Amino acid sequence: MRSFWRRARVLSTVYYAYMTEYRAELLLWVLSGVLPFILMGVWMEAAQGGRFGLGPLDFARYFLAAFVARQFSVVWVVWEFEREVVEGRLSPRLLQPMDPAWHHFVSHFAERFARLPFAIILVGFFFVLYPQAIWLPSLSGFLLFCLAVSLAFTMRFIMQYTMAMFAFWTERASAIEEFWFLMYLFLSGLIAPLEIFPQAVRNVIQWTPFPYLINFPASLLVGLPVNVGQGLLVMLAWTGVFFVLNRWLWRQGLKHYSGMGA
Amino acid sequence: MRRHLRILRLFWATALAAELEYRANFIFAALSSLGNLIGSLFALSLFYRNGYTFSGWSWQEALVVLGIFTTLQGFADTFLAPNLSRIVKHVQQGTLDFILLKPLNSQFWLSTHTLSPWGLPDLFFGIVMIGYAGTQLSLAPQAYLLSAVPLLFGLISLYSLWFMLGATSIWFVKIYNVTEVLRGLLEAGRFPMVAYPTAYRFFFTFVIPVAFLTTIPAEAMLGRSEAGWIIGASLLALGLFLASAWFWQFALRFYTSASS
Repeated sequence: MRSFWRRARVLSTVYYAYMTEYRAELLLWVLSGVLPFILMGVWMEAAQGGRFGLGPLDFARYFLAAFVARQFSVVWVVWEFEREVVEGRLSPRLLQPMDPAWHHFVSHFAERFARLPFAIILVGFFFVLYPQAIWLPSLSGFLLFCLAVSLAFTMRFIMQYTMAMFAFWTERASAIEEFWFLMYLFLSGLIAPLEIFPQAVRNVIQWTPFPYLINFPASLLVGLPVNVGQGLLVMLAWTGVFFVLNRWLWRQGLKHYSGMGA
Repeated sequence: MRRHLRILRLFWATALAAELEYRANFIFAALSSLGNLIGSLFALSLFYRNGYTFSGWSWQEALVVLGIFTTLQGFADTFLAPNLSRIVKHVQQGTLDFILLKPLNSQFWLSTHTLSPWGLPDLFFGIVMIGYAGTQLSLAPQAYLLSAVPLLFGLISLYSLWFMLGATSIWFVKIYNVTEVLRGLLEAGRFPMVAYPTAYRFFFTFVIPVAFLTTIPAEAMLGRSEAGWIIGASLLALGLFLASAWFWQFALRFYTSASS
């Protein structure tokens, strides 16, 4: 157990240092997530008429929360893993007495802390431009938000890492992820709060993992009504399903793997 | 000119041959484009479902904007992204030297060397969407031609901006993400400009010229554009294109290769 914590600490500090090496790049990554701010504009303009049940201020806060939630669930493991398999760089990692997944997981985890300052500055900048939108989330809402984004990150990571396993069989596993990303884009609540979606669509997608990546944490933060228990259970269930699938594919894949040096 | 065309044909034939090794990818690309199309329509319908309309844009008219946006996405994925993201790689690995030594304009080489057929489904679906909306609005054939003019200017502006951003890698080396920021901002082109608050409209017209990419060509197609905007689009395209050529020459003065 002690060696586990030591490993976790060493890996985290190493990857944190590695991430801060490219600070300018990180800032650009944060900026490339501006989509919620663009949609915020359209929805605030649309809400002037008051036909959507949410006012302009509600939309502003929702999309700001969506922006923050998205910062936590950015994952790129499929591209890294695919490269490792194709170039054979996975081989030396297999010799280490540690599952290679930890390298990826910790590097993502550490990047969150390197990214956070930029995201906070951007949020602060937003409040300076638009002070009416300032709000203080309730303590329970904030704590639940923290729990939800951590789970959302874990779930998204495991889902994408599972897609990455297909790199053992096809050279372009990222193509599968790109299709998956579309679902994320349109069903997660990134383009609009789920309240705006037609009821029929909501009934279906509440059982998929997607709305729990953005809409669920964001709603917790701004205080829109959500079913907390159901949300957490659905997240855990999907994380479990993908975890089992992932381990199975990993074992099958290793048998198949013939990268350089293997 | 003829020499350039011949080179272009060689470039693209090789690029296509290389990409066609991954034919299964085409199915994925087509599925992705279809998914993107459905998602975009769904996003737009969220506004129109409750009887709200972007002021002065009926559902079909908004579809024209979305169609032009999808076409642009396809164009960017086919012609711009595969080439311009490579500038960064050439700078990083020092292979830019080989390109500078070639007896051909280096900007031309870098901008046209390859193409990726995976953007073609988007191009196709975009054109289908424009055609569908146009038929519903019973547009005359010359309306499409008329909108092709500002669209062409928009494409040139987009290319020039993208190229200039790519060229900054001479100083910053690792900047794959700059183009991602640009892509993120271009998403604003999904909706006509009137859908945005005034501050956004100003930003997307005069700072990042998204309005010139989708809204103005769409207005030209619907026959309600003012000549001033089209002239503006042409000046912008010309200005940005010349700026990109100048900027590249300027950036090259700062290029110290990896080997020398």
